[in-house]
Amino acid sequence: MFGPLIVKSKKVKCDKTGSWRIESKPKYLQKNCIACKMCVFICPEGCVSGKEKNTYHTDYNYCKGCSLCALICPKQDIEMVKEETKLGELQGEKK
Amino acid sequence: MENRPLFKSGHTACAGCGQAIAARLVIEAAGENTIIANNTGCLEVFTTGFPESAWGVPWIHSLFENAAAVASGVEAALKYLGKKDTVNVIAQAGDGGTADIGLQALSGMLERGHDVLYVCYDNEAYENTGIQRSGLTPYGANTTTSPPGTVSIGNIHPKKPMIDIVLAHGIPYVATSSAGFPRDIQRKVKKAISIKGPKYIQIHVPCPLGWRHESGKTLDVAKLAVETGLYPLVEYENGVLVSKRQIVPKPVEEYLKVQGRFKHILKNPEELKKVQEIANNNIEKYGLKVQTQ
Ligand SMILES: Cc1ncc(C[n+]2csc(CCOP(=O)(O)OP(=O)(O)O)c2C)c(N)n1
Ligand code: SF4
Ligand code: SF4
Ligand SMILES: [Mg+2]
Repeated sequence: MFGPLIVKSKKVKCDKTGSWRIESKPKYLQKNCIACKMCVFICPEGCVSGKEKNTYHTDYNYCKGCSLCALICPKQDIEMVKEETKLGELQGEKK
Repeated sequence: MENRPLFKSGHTACAGCGQAIAARLVIEAAGENTIIANNTGCLEVFTTGFPESAWGVPWIHSLFENAAAVASGVEAALKYLGKKDTVNVIAQAGDGGTADIGLQALSGMLERGHDVLYVCYDNEAYENTGIQRSGLTPYGANTTTSPPGTVSIGNIHPKKPMIDIVLAHGIPYVATSSAGFPRDIQRKVKKAISIKGPKYIQIHVPCPLGWRHESGKTLDVAKLAVETGLYPLVEYENGVLVSKRQIVPKPVEEYLKVQGRFKHILKNPEELKKVQEIANNNIEKYGLKVQTQ
């Protein structure tokens, strides 16, 4: 009943929280991006990345579809679109 | 930060959780040479479901009341080893863990002068156990232990003056911040860890579940709290107010109407007036109003 007290930190691989999205997901248009990184700052999941202008994107395996990145983008370069990923379609998801 | 995330994806906070936004910003600003002691609360629960952890730094779970005591011990041990100057120690907790049950441990840490940054994630209730009222729940809010009805208007107590309480300990750095202002959080955390001694930062973090707003409203709600004067962003160094975010005050209705927890207040002009007075007092106390020539 006693497990190890110290746990190696790892990406919570089995929790593909992307499956939580129900209605919409962000689409990073990568057209008018100025690389201000506000989307990176605001994402509660920490799943937005990118390096320079028009390279920012999210990891749909973890994005919960909260839409905060789309709201904070000063260039309206992130659009919320209809969610069409089906259950079990996330990359590497356990069957 | 992309290369070695210190706060990883896959945690189980509700979509749009303000605490998840703030916690990541805090650890990214503090950097990888940091040890965290974390009280029980949503943050601990959604980041460390055994056997996994979202944390990319050494992280220790304390009891509900003693992150400040555990962090004090970690700091003392680092000092003994001669390593304190290379490692930051952060104690972090929710508003319940800070202003109620953890208050004496926090006070002791401040009094003894430990070189620790204490971060309080203020989502204004005990969210993890089902939205019970805490000492930092604002006046009038509907929680499961302060329901509005015929004999009550919701939470009948004002927010505990935590900023004044920690300031009274004479510590070198005290600030408030908000999940609606990511750069403000990071600037203050960086400033705090550059100062030796006990530091306290209290961050306003909307909770979509407990405050009854949509996930996508977290940003608006956090900003409106600041823009109405209900959650002043202030910064003290050695007891002196060194910065404050100035505002063109908006009426408190704008903040209240985007959240279900204040629905009943909007229908009660007398109570609405009382909430507006709280904002007015803050605006007066800290001189928040933008001066127009
Ligand atoms: C001594 C003790 N009492 C009660 C609890 C149950 N408990 C766990 S988390 C929590 C609420 C935490 O509220 P807060 O500190 O505001 O953090 P939040 O979940 O809101 O982020 C409570 C009451 C506990 N773990 N230990
Ligand atoms: S929708 Fe929310 S979870 Fe998804 S990338 Fe944007 S901020 Fe992150
Ligand atoms: S209940 Fe509130 S604080 Fe807890 S994870 Fe959900 S949104 Fe965050
Ligand atoms: Mg709380």
